Amino acid sequence: MGPTVVMLVDDEVPFVETMTKRLAVRDLTVLNAFSGPEALEKLEKERHVDVIILDVKMPGMDGIETLREIKARYPLIEVIMLTGHGTIETAIEGMKLGAFDYLLKPTNIDQLMTKVQEARAKKRAHEDKIMQARLQEIALRRGD
Amino acid sequence: MENAQYYRSLSRNLVSIVIVVSFTPLLLIAALIGYSFETSYKGKSIAYLKETVKRNQQNIDVFLSEKLDYLKVLSRSYTFEELTDEKFLARKLAILQDAYGGVFVDLGVVNSQGIQVAYAGMFKLERADYSKAEWFKTAMKRTHFISDVFLGLRRSPHFIVSIKHNWRGEDYILRATVDFVQFNSLVENVRIGETGHAFIMNRAGEFQTKVGPETEANREFYMALLQKNGLKWEDGGLDAVSGVPSFTYSYWDSPYKEIILTGEGRRGGDDFVYIMTPLKSGEWVLVFQQDKSDAFRDLRRARFLALAILLLGGASIAVTAILVSRKMVSRIEMSDREKEMMNEQVIETGKLASVGELAAGIAHEINNPVAIMVEEAGWIEDLLRDETQMEASKLEEVKRALTQINTQGERCKEITHKLLSFARRTDPRVVEVNINEVLEEILSISEQRSKFSNVKLEKNLDPDLPHIMASPSELQQVFLNLINNSLDAIGTGGGTITVTSRLADDRLVVDVADTGTGMPKAILARIFEPFFTTKPVGKGTGLGLAICYGIIKKMGGDITVNSAVGVGTTMHVYLPVPKGAVP
Repeated sequence: MGPTVVMLVDDEVPFVETMTKRLAVRDLTVLNAFSGPEALEKLEKERHVDVIILDVKMPGMDGIETLREIKARYPLIEVIMLTGHGTIETAIEGMKLGAFDYLLKPTNIDQLMTKVQEARAKKRAHEDKIMQARLQEIALRRGD
Repeated sequence: MENAQYYRSLSRNLVSIVIVVSFTPLLLIAALIGYSFETSYKGKSIAYLKETVKRNQQNIDVFLSEKLDYLKVLSRSYTFEELTDEKFLARKLAILQDAYGGVFVDLGVVNSQGIQVAYAGMFKLERADYSKAEWFKTAMKRTHFISDVFLGLRRSPHFIVSIKHNWRGEDYILRATVDFVQFNSLVENVRIGETGHAFIMNRAGEFQTKVGPETEANREFYMALLQKNGLKWEDGGLDAVSGVPSFTYSYWDSPYKEIILTGEGRRGGDDFVYIMTPLKSGEWVLVFQQDKSDAFRDLRRARFLALAILLLGGASIAVTAILVSRKMVSRIEMSDREKEMMNEQVIETGKLASVGELAAGIAHEINNPVAIMVEEAGWIEDLLRDETQMEASKLEEVKRALTQINTQGERCKEITHKLLSFARRTDPRVVEVNINEVLEEILSISEQRSKFSNVKLEKNLDPDLPHIMASPSELQQVFLNLINNSLDAIGTGGGTITVTSRLADDRLVVDVADTGTGMPKAILARIFEPFFTTKPVGKGTGLGLAICYGIIKKMGGDITVNSAVGVGTTMHVYLPVPKGAVP
């Protein structure tokens, strides 16, 4: 099992930079993007991202739109929403759209780590199930 | 204070309206009725007096003609010899006196030479010579004659009634003296009211009856009057007709009837009315005179009563008007004050709403630096915990993190200050305001929200604008509302908001133009109505523009809107510039 790959999406550059460092020292491989479109672009290249930490409020393409796009393109990637107090409704909307969970900004790093791990585990579980289903399919096909 | 003056003038107007409206008909009616009443009452009074005077004229004429008739009867019934018999004459006088109660004082027969040939009476006038007397001269010219009142030989006022008769080719006169007192009482009895009295004048202006000194003083007045009216009572025809035209009573149908003069005179301080009518074929005039105040006493009383009612009524109307309008104005004042308080509350509410709209953006804006600070702090913690890294680079990293924390702290401070300047209670105090400063402030606070909506904020501010007198917090509210509306109109699609300040026609104009969805006419017509909103329930209060409108109108400004669907909307705010401030 390789390291967990996380993508951090936020328009606040200092935030992203520091968070990247902090997550990196916690043995995560961290990619970052400063806007929705940038994130989607990078995802196109880096297919093995496990968890995306996504800020809800961003100029231009906002968190919800980005989330919708991500879920449409890469349904297996788990998304953790980061939100301010004023945008909890948006976070809930995000949950409905398939986000894994949401965290209030500023976040506790340990809490974030836990969530990331959980999200990753969920993703892995999904992938395993899919794998098994495929194997079964293959087995069934062979078996007849 | 301006307000106090306004309420005072309001109260004054109310009072004057009430007074004018209630007094005008009152006075008109009073004048109208008073006039017609006075006219008709005076007419009636004069008519009554006229009747009285006519009746008395008749009485006097009858009295005189009666006396004349008796002499006529005597002269026709008896011969000259019989009449000159003094015993016979005395007997006849006794009969007359018995029948007429002493009206006849004496009887006498005067021959054509003017010598009284026979006499019966209390005075010793036998053989008296009347040849020089005025009355004798006139009496000899006429068939009958009634003299003026004179003193004569007996030195007491009397007048003579005489008949000329012819006895065997020679004229003689049968004369009788009429008691002045008796005759006088006829006239004196004509008394109406306190001052109404009658008297008789001859054409020379001599009084033929007893008069008081006041009437005496009026002599000139009546003389002038007699002359002025020409008195068609010429001598002519007096001989032919009997001396007293009213004997025949055809008098009433004669032109004399018209010679009843009525009029008003003034002597000293007293106004009086008079009525004149001729007597004795115009040789005498019967005059009735009464003080006006007496003649029209009832009228005066009625007038006084009406005036008193008018004054009392007027006073009570005025008092009521003043009290009622004062009460009303104080009510109005109170409700105005309440309205003002309500207005302030509504403005406050609206402000809270617009601040609430800002809050989301602001919260996020504060949250971001806070998040960064927390992360930096966490990073430092991480660094300190991890002992594998080299000391120097670690120190460098900590320093960087601290600087970042500082920077973000500053950012927070700025944001909170901005927010605070808005969240403060609305202060309606008017001070000198530079509109551009207000606009800059609003634009900076709206920056965050517009950034998230992809809206470009453009400003086009004229730096040479005069200062205006306004409440900065109210202005902030107005422009914050307008920019919020513009942001809402643009939505998330992106666009531009242009804020322009300029001077036009002595007014300061601020245009807030957006490239939003625009509004159809149906909505445009209602945008300033309170509680009108196009936003879904729970999203908008519908108060924003209504409050803006209220604030700007209160300042003496105006707010208008141009909008085209699909193109955008421009709000124009016109603000008054104080006189003398225009460069």
